[in-house]
Amino acid sequence: MSIAEPSYTAKGRALPQRQPIAKAIDSVTFAIIAYTAIIGGIVWLAYSGAQAMGYNWQWYRIPQYFYTFTDDGFQWGEISVGLVKTLTLSSIAFALAVVMGLIVALLRLSGLVVCTAVSVAFLELIRNIPLLVLLYLFYYVLGPIFGFDRYWASILCLAVFHSVLISEIFRAGINAVAKGQWEAATSIGMSKGQAYRYIILPQSIRFMLPPMTGEVVHMVKSSAIVSVIAVAELTTIGRNIISETYMSFEVWFTIAAVYMAVTLILSVGVSFVEKRYAVDT
Amino acid sequence: MSDSAPIITFDHVDKFYGDFHALKDISISVREGERMVVCGPSGSGKSTLIRCINGLEFHNSGVLTVDGVEVYEDSKHIYRLRQEVGMVFQQFNLFPHLTVLENLTIGPIKVRKVSPSEAERTARKYLERVRIPEQADKYPSALSGGQQQRVAIARSLCMESRIMLFDEPTSALDPEMINEVLDVMVELADTGMTMVVVTHEMGFARKVADTMVFMDAGEIVETAPPDVFFTNPASARCRAFLDQILDH
Repeated sequence: MSIAEPSYTAKGRALPQRQPIAKAIDSVTFAIIAYTAIIGGIVWLAYSGAQAMGYNWQWYRIPQYFYTFTDDGFQWGEISVGLVKTLTLSSIAFALAVVMGLIVALLRLSGLVVCTAVSVAFLELIRNIPLLVLLYLFYYVLGPIFGFDRYWASILCLAVFHSVLISEIFRAGINAVAKGQWEAATSIGMSKGQAYRYIILPQSIRFMLPPMTGEVVHMVKSSAIVSVIAVAELTTIGRNIISETYMSFEVWFTIAAVYMAVTLILSVGVSFVEKRYAVDT
Repeated sequence: MSDSAPIITFDHVDKFYGDFHALKDISISVREGERMVVCGPSGSGKSTLIRCINGLEFHNSGVLTVDGVEVYEDSKHIYRLRQEVGMVFQQFNLFPHLTVLENLTIGPIKVRKVSPSEAERTARKYLERVRIPEQADKYPSALSGGQQQRVAIARSLCMESRIMLFDEPTSALDPEMINEVLDVMVELADTGMTMVVVTHEMGFARKVADTMVFMDAGEIVETAPPDVFFTNPASARCRAFLDQILDH
């Protein structure tokens, strides 16, 4: 096949331009306008709907629930106290969940029939019970039997529920490390425990961090469910304030914003950690 | 040489993967200080053979003795044994999250319980020997394939192993890097190290091997000194294989 003599010089030839409409839609300006329009529309709909109901907005009454500054001095408000409770509850539960998740994952990967069976049974049991039912089980059944209060019932329930999800993250992260790493560790005389500790787990951290971040955020959010057994965390506080003041719109918006602020800060924080552990193979 | 005692002995060893008969009635021994080169077509059981020696795989029947210790899965001596037997892999298998120096010291420090300063001294000595002392603080990913494989050799040497196993150490390398690795292996052979090498580098085999072994379909087909092996192999299968790899 002969090649026709080109009628142009290849050097410096401009490529055909994209469609102008496609270019406009893909531009940053268009994105900002569209985004503002959508968000503005939603806010306007909510606001005008509330107006039509004759809702009496009282945003000025909200700040006192964060903190007050009176003659008695500075004092944290109820929402702040509730937020601290949510955070301590979630962090204790998360720490427990990580430990339990690691144990479940290691049992599952142990290759021993009994251990694998135990961990799979645990996984399937917890995964197939709704979180709310699990919470009732811990509070109304296990609590009285083993003698723990509503606070510990909620922590243990959240820990158990999330340990299942976290164990799957550990399992995936450990399996993502190349098989050759096991062989190299084994060939220099390391035991299985040493290989895990010095070779496999340090490398799997970078595979696990992104989904782990998701789990931290998930934990903070699902901790709201413990308000049904009246643990005084953020969501419970919200309900209490509403029952006293009837400001349901303002309070729920505020509570949602506080949750969002916490989870966004967590996500940003972890992405810094992720960069630190970024090692290329 | 010929009067030294066997350090590795396979006595009627069989190995199965499910129904697949990977090693068929293997009986062979390696003397202390001997350099044995194993070759054969892919899937012939060469890798399985040497992976049994340090217990990365376990045989199903027969007796395998390494350095006076019988190798089997639940042996209490298996960790001790693996320290005596170094292994170099086709894919290097360096630890990517550790620097070159840490790759070399982690075994001695954590497994042999050597002090960190002594481990570092040994590591630098062997980095010198494989001729990359200046790369000590880099991560493996910053090194070329040939350099990585030399680090891997140094890592095994740092364990002060008495036997070194090489599983196709140059197969994953770009052609221009093969010689730098083979040179290091030749030097190692000159120190009197016991070596079992799976490779298709026949020039290397001619230069260092005391014994050539040809495997096919899980069997040892031929065992001979290199001069006999290359000029006058007894079996037709071995001759056909050599024709294929030596012709170009």
